[in-house]
Amino acid sequence: MKDKIINVLRFIGLGFFEPAVRLAAGEDVKKNLTALFQKVFFPIISIFLFMILWNVGAKKLYNVEKDFKIETAKASGGEAGVTAELARIESGESTVNSLPAPAAVWSAFKNLLADHKAISVKKKEFKERVAKTNEKRKAQGLKEITYTGRPSFVDQIKTSLWTVFCGFILALFLAVPIGMLLGLSETLRSSVNWLIQIFKPVSPVVWFLLVYMIVKTLTLTYDGDVSFIISFIAVGLCAMWATLVNTTLGVSSVDNDFINVAKVLNLSVGQKVFKIVLPSAFPLIFTGLRITVSVAWMVLIAIELLSQSPGLGTFVWEEFQNGANDSNAKIIAAMFVIGIIGFMLDRIMFSVQKLVTFTEQ
Amino acid sequence: MDTTLNKSVDNGLFSDDVMLDLNKVTKIYPTPKGDYVVLDDLDLKVKREEFISIIGHSGCGKSTLLTMIAGLNEISRGTIIADNQTVRGAGPDRAVIFQSPSLLPWLSAYDNVMLGVKQVFAHGTKKDRDDIVKYYLAKVGLEDSMHKSARDLSQGMQQRVGIARAFALKPKVLLLDEPFGMLDSLTRGELQDVLVEVWNQEKITAVMITHDVDESILLADRVIMMTSGPRAKVGDILEIDFERPRNRAELIEHPDYYKYREHLINFLEH
Repeated sequence: MKDKIINVLRFIGLGFFEPAVRLAAGEDVKKNLTALFQKVFFPIISIFLFMILWNVGAKKLYNVEKDFKIETAKASGGEAGVTAELARIESGESTVNSLPAPAAVWSAFKNLLADHKAISVKKKEFKERVAKTNEKRKAQGLKEITYTGRPSFVDQIKTSLWTVFCGFILALFLAVPIGMLLGLSETLRSSVNWLIQIFKPVSPVVWFLLVYMIVKTLTLTYDGDVSFIISFIAVGLCAMWATLVNTTLGVSSVDNDFINVAKVLNLSVGQKVFKIVLPSAFPLIFTGLRITVSVAWMVLIAIELLSQSPGLGTFVWEEFQNGANDSNAKIIAAMFVIGIIGFMLDRIMFSVQKLVTFTEQ
Repeated sequence: MDTTLNKSVDNGLFSDDVMLDLNKVTKIYPTPKGDYVVLDDLDLKVKREEFISIIGHSGCGKSTLLTMIAGLNEISRGTIIADNQTVRGAGPDRAVIFQSPSLLPWLSAYDNVMLGVKQVFAHGTKKDRDDIVKYYLAKVGLEDSMHKSARDLSQGMQQRVGIARAFALKPKVLLLDEPFGMLDSLTRGELQDVLVEVWNQEKITAVMITHDVDESILLADRVIMMTSGPRAKVGDILEIDFERPRNRAELIEHPDYYKYREHLINFLEH
């Protein structure tokens, strides 16, 4: 039981809970207690320290901005101006937009979830209301009426995940086959090397513009969601390079012994590729894919922001433009959500990578 | 005996008795400072069902020679004829047991052997192939762990699989490139016994590269001693006249054993 839990934890990349499990089983108390302190307690303490630092810093920044507002009010309206300004700040009419404190972010996060609940209810009601009409429209061959209200925060997360998923799949199907071809043929590799070296460091923003130029022209007659197409293609193209380079490297650096085995056995090209080259390149390919996922998630925000395709990037940008009292808190909440999802995606890829990696670790 | 055979072959007689015929084989590696001649006009004939071992100092080019017979290394000049056919590339008729086991670590022991068997017995039934793989894995003592992943096997076990893989191809020539060089002496002894046993039943013409004098005497009918490189040639040939099947314990007690041993060591030391 204990070993099973430990193996599962290790597999999903949460190996740092191992000492806690061992301790619960009453195993080697002193050693595991030390390990537990090192791997669990100290990280928790560092989180607390971070929160305190953040809180103090936020307060300080808030006061700087508030003092500035009061000073300005004093200069223009004297003592009466100060009292009026203080009252306005108190009521929220005059916003002090600075780095929000942890508590504000937490309440903004809760608000976002509550908002999601409210919107979900609305959506459901809307669906029920238009159900009959939709049936009729379907019978007449017309498009169904769909909910077009504001998407909730959770909806935005889902859209973003979907965009990243599509971008990742695109990167996978572009980078792995191309990487394999490049890895197998040195001629091909050296002839397109310049292309890779130039395109690899191009910024996500420029990728977006490039994709925009091409896709816009190609979709002139298409009335679907072009902004989504643009953003997932741009995400895929930005993120695919790690996989491309790693696949090329993995395929071109197969152990010479394995190549000799293939020669002695007279394996056909197909057999050589699928039975020997590809499996031996798997660890490197998956390392590349793992980097691709994290890059895809990282550039997504910038690309969504530019493409106006719904998602977390747009959410962050809209909140920034919005400038309401809790806008900054919402942005920080989104930042944490983005970070945590990125971390989870990486853990998932890590587990998949462990599954297919054949070398002992 | 040896010279008479060579003469008759040269006359075009008994050519069927010769499995491997190396004729003025030369290997040259071009370097910026000029050509580096590893092997120079090397002649060697190996009879059918003969087991020869090649010993020599490190870097004398014995591995180069073996990879050229295997077809994995280009021949700069001269010809190698295996079973009346000129060697032009690698093929399963010349199976190689490499120094490192070179198993595909993502496959099981069974699948590693099956990979080759499928190539060679493509027209046989699935059952036949399965029988062949299992037979040879059992021969090398792996019937209980044939479905283990190759990466989970010890170095010695992996080399057992390597031996099974080579024999299962039913090759005309077996090429062994210091097959036990990476093993500890205890495992090496075990594997030499395994090799002797399997070889006694199959009698496949074999060429083995080795550093180990005792290994040569135990396994080979003839020991080819190569001169130190560059421009390595065959320096001396020693016939080992022990009867087969051989047994390590009996050999060591045989009076001729130390004569052979001294002969080989003398060559290597001078």
